[in-house]
Amino acid sequence: MIRGRDVEKRYGRKRVLRGVDIAVPRGGFAVVTGANGSGKTTLLRLLAGLALATRGDLVVDVDRSQIGYLAHEPLVYRELTAMENLDLFGRLYRVPERRERIGMLLERFTLWEVRNERVSTYSRGMTQRLALCRALLHDPDLLVLDEPYSALDEDGAAVLDAELEGLAGKHTVVLATHDPDRVAQLQTARLALA
Amino acid sequence: MTYLADVAALTRKDLRVELRGRDTLPAMLLFVLSTLVVFHFAIPDDAGESAAYGLLWVAIVFTALLGLARAWVPEQEHGVLDGLVLAPCDRSAIWLGKTLATLAFLLAAQAVALPVFVLFFEPLDATALAGVLLADIGICAVGSLMSAMAAAARAREVLLPLLVLPLAIPLVVGGVGAAVSADGERFLLFLLLYDAVFAVLSWASFEYVVTE
Repeated sequence: MIRGRDVEKRYGRKRVLRGVDIAVPRGGFAVVTGANGSGKTTLLRLLAGLALATRGDLVVDVDRSQIGYLAHEPLVYRELTAMENLDLFGRLYRVPERRERIGMLLERFTLWEVRNERVSTYSRGMTQRLALCRALLHDPDLLVLDEPYSALDEDGAAVLDAELEGLAGKHTVVLATHDPDRVAQLQTARLALA
Repeated sequence: MTYLADVAALTRKDLRVELRGRDTLPAMLLFVLSTLVVFHFAIPDDAGESAAYGLLWVAIVFTALLGLARAWVPEQEHGVLDGLVLAPCDRSAIWLGKTLATLAFLLAAQAVALPVFVLFFEPLDATALAGVLLADIGICAVGSLMSAMAAAARAREVLLPLLVLPLAIPLVVGGVGAAVSADGERFLLFLLLYDAVFAVLSWASFEYVVTE
């Protein structure tokens, strides 16, 4: 599903990614590791289609509508409630039986009780759980997750563990993390950025 | 129909965000009213109607600029624009939703400002009001695109006026012309043409502004 050879990304004169080779088959689970500033986020933005490689070949064989992207930022509106945010994205992603899907995700990530409260009142961990709901909302074929465990408490991390276990093998996952041991049993490929 | 439903959902979202945050409209109202009050006391009574209409347009353009400067702030705050760009909807719907929401804020500010202008300065006939409406559409259409471009830059507060003001000059000429000229309809046609051309250009080019 993902094939990349000698991928390079520059912003102006600054090279943020150099000579990256990546291959993830359909249903694969790739873990991207590397120190801060090694280009993990940039690589994930390239995979999500939010940026273009400056050099090299990168093919992500999936429609835009089938990509679920979790970024450092939660990509949700602060002044809207969790329900309103997910309803908006559900509409834009043409999610069938939107209300049921949103309800199920909010229940699973224990946000149902606060679904009608504004995101600006959420803690960082709650916002991260909502961001995960948004990324999973349309049941994407390719899930691109940038530090998904950041800010999650143990309960939240356990829910994410269960979610990833359910997705592994059926959906393609690319996950950047500083804690690769957490997903070691799911991983089918590892990419260490220098 | 799906396109229009997307636009409606995005516009509704912007109105809801503003209703809760109250970040844009109060600032626009305060600015336009205080500008008219200052002009009322600063301009001599014998300055003439042309001067009064010119001042109205100064107030309108800078009020619109104030709204446009904040137009993409909710999308910037949590990186939401990336989420919208990734969605499989037509990306121009994002621009059209933003344009309609900004237009709604500008019209709301003018709903208060224009009666104050009539009270302090000169009456506004139907041609002048049509000129205001057409110029509003033009400035919001072009301004939403320019504001999205400026939002990605570091010096966005400086960049936005530099991008919008030159493009707003024909709108000011058309708006003042519609109010003061004996042949106001000609200026309305000019504004209509400007709106059509720049709305199509903005609609078509928005995708290239928000993607690499």
